[in-house]
Amino acid sequence: MIKIWSMKKNEEAAAKRKPKTSAAQIRVQKDLTELDLPSTMQTNFPDPADLLNFTLTITPDEGMYKGGAFKFSFAINTNYPHDPPKVKCAQTIYHPNVDLEGNVCLNILREDWKPVLNLNSVMVGLQYLFLEPNADDPLNKEAALEMSKNRDQFLQNVKMSMRGGNIKGVQYDSVLVR
Amino acid sequence: MASQPNGTSTDWPGRYYHIDQVLNTPGPRTDPAFLAGDGVKTFLRNQAKILVIGAGGLGCEILANLALTGFKDIHVIDMDTIDISNLNRQFLFRQKDVGQPKATVAAEFIMKRVPGVKVTPYFGKIQDKDDDYYLQFNLIICGLDSVEARRWMNATLVNLVDPENPESLKPMIDGGTEGFKGQARVILPTITSCYECSLDMLNKPTAFPICTIANTPRLPEHCIEWASVLEWPRVHGDKKMDTDDPDHIGWLYKIAAARAAEFKIEGVTWSLTQGVVKNIIPAIASTNAIIAAACCNEAFKIATSSAAYLNNYFMLIGTDGIYSYTFEHEKRDDCPVCGGEALEMTISSEMTIEQLIETLVEKQDIQIKKPSLSTPTKQIYLQAPPQLEKATRPNLEKKVSELVPPGGEVTVTATTLPFSLSLRISYST
Repeated sequence: MIKIWSMKKNEEAAAKRKPKTSAAQIRVQKDLTELDLPSTMQTNFPDPADLLNFTLTITPDEGMYKGGAFKFSFAINTNYPHDPPKVKCAQTIYHPNVDLEGNVCLNILREDWKPVLNLNSVMVGLQYLFLEPNADDPLNKEAALEMSKNRDQFLQNVKMSMRGGNIKGVQYDSVLVR
Repeated sequence: MASQPNGTSTDWPGRYYHIDQVLNTPGPRTDPAFLAGDGVKTFLRNQAKILVIGAGGLGCEILANLALTGFKDIHVIDMDTIDISNLNRQFLFRQKDVGQPKATVAAEFIMKRVPGVKVTPYFGKIQDKDDDYYLQFNLIICGLDSVEARRWMNATLVNLVDPENPESLKPMIDGGTEGFKGQARVILPTITSCYECSLDMLNKPTAFPICTIANTPRLPEHCIEWASVLEWPRVHGDKKMDTDDPDHIGWLYKIAAARAAEFKIEGVTWSLTQGVVKNIIPAIASTNAIIAAACCNEAFKIATSSAAYLNNYFMLIGTDGIYSYTFEHEKRDDCPVCGGEALEMTISSEMTIEQLIETLVEKQDIQIKKPSLSTPTKQIYLQAPPQLEKATRPNLEKKVSELVPPGGEVTVTATTLPFSLSLRISYST
């Protein structure tokens, strides 16, 4: 057998024994404690001992979704950051890039995810969807079509949906900030 | 062949004639510690204990190679059972074995075919085994197909390294193949770069934008993803999709085929559906053979010191002709598994968490600002977000000794640290 131990450079190197904390767990701790969120975004941990499952509430202070509070669930698996966090909208909302099941069309949550991105990037990306909805990448086709064809009607629909209104037979959740 | 050191009845004359050419005399590149002749042969054939992880495409090749080069005490772990689609390349299995555990069948086949070799199978997960289990081996070879299993094995072996016990450092040889591409590497935990160090080199699995899947499908894969990513959760709610369940694949295939018909897309088949949802990349037998050979060559060199071993990354690209490249992948200082700093701290058993944090902040040599602390099982104090800060604030007044056992580990993260710092706490009183 090769003598590996003698390759250890010095005592200091030998002392570098790492804890049993998983890489995913350390990374999530680092991501969360270094979040730099504006006042329009807030995290909530149903179980503060569980850092892997939490919600994010976005309350845009400008744009067409101003006045609403939008809730997203985050679920992080043990293969983070190789795998992106799983993010879903917890409410039924009227938005071109969010479907009625809560799926979100945000490139960094799927095809463009890289381990160098972090939870902060995902959260900022989500908030951006409310400031600049993107009709070119629709998940809610009706909403996207309305947005590009008839912007006034779209704005009205957004307002109505946020109050818990019904648009074309779909009942939306009331998301107004009380 | 009177020089044969271990005269068991199975070692007929000339059995290891070719291998002994390498082991009988030192060469220009052999390690000074190389014990030419009986010394090295006894170690290889009577003492070395090697663990093979995975008994699939690579595993079958690895087991055969090891047995034939003279390793006699081989253990193998695999959690899978044999599928009919394995038989074209996993040559230790026959049609009658379909449904049986891979590890068990592979072990029996090798033992029947190569006399004197003991192969001990374990049908289960690598995660079932504890540190003591892994400590019994001299070497570990991985022929795995998942990133997750490799990360677990790598982290386990890095964590196993105990400064007080040289035997705790287990070389890991990792092989991997994907179609015509492959890699073989030697990882000496805590010394060379580890698997986690190179995580950003991985090709990411092909993912399609969810909006394309939802609105403008153009490929059969788009239709299959539509069925699995959007329709499955919509129709089945929280029920988990099992990609090994033929009924589930059948359902996805039916939905995807209907979608394909609607958009006039051709090419949705049962096997493509299975391939897409299980992320199957066709396995090539010859790629497995090359990579397994490279891995076993390294195992042999490391076990015998008969030649310089790979430092530390060999890649093979066989997509256009044959290209290979060997380089030293560097260790990353900010690697979450093998990088970062470790500090031994001896503190008073009366010291509070708040005092510990102050001590860390004041330490000139580490330059920490706003550290967050946790143990492997719980959070001690998190600086943010506000809710978690508030939830962990009561711990500030507690004694460190109430939360961390003697010799226990504390993980510290902070913006000023590249990744994390681990503290090993012992108490002076």
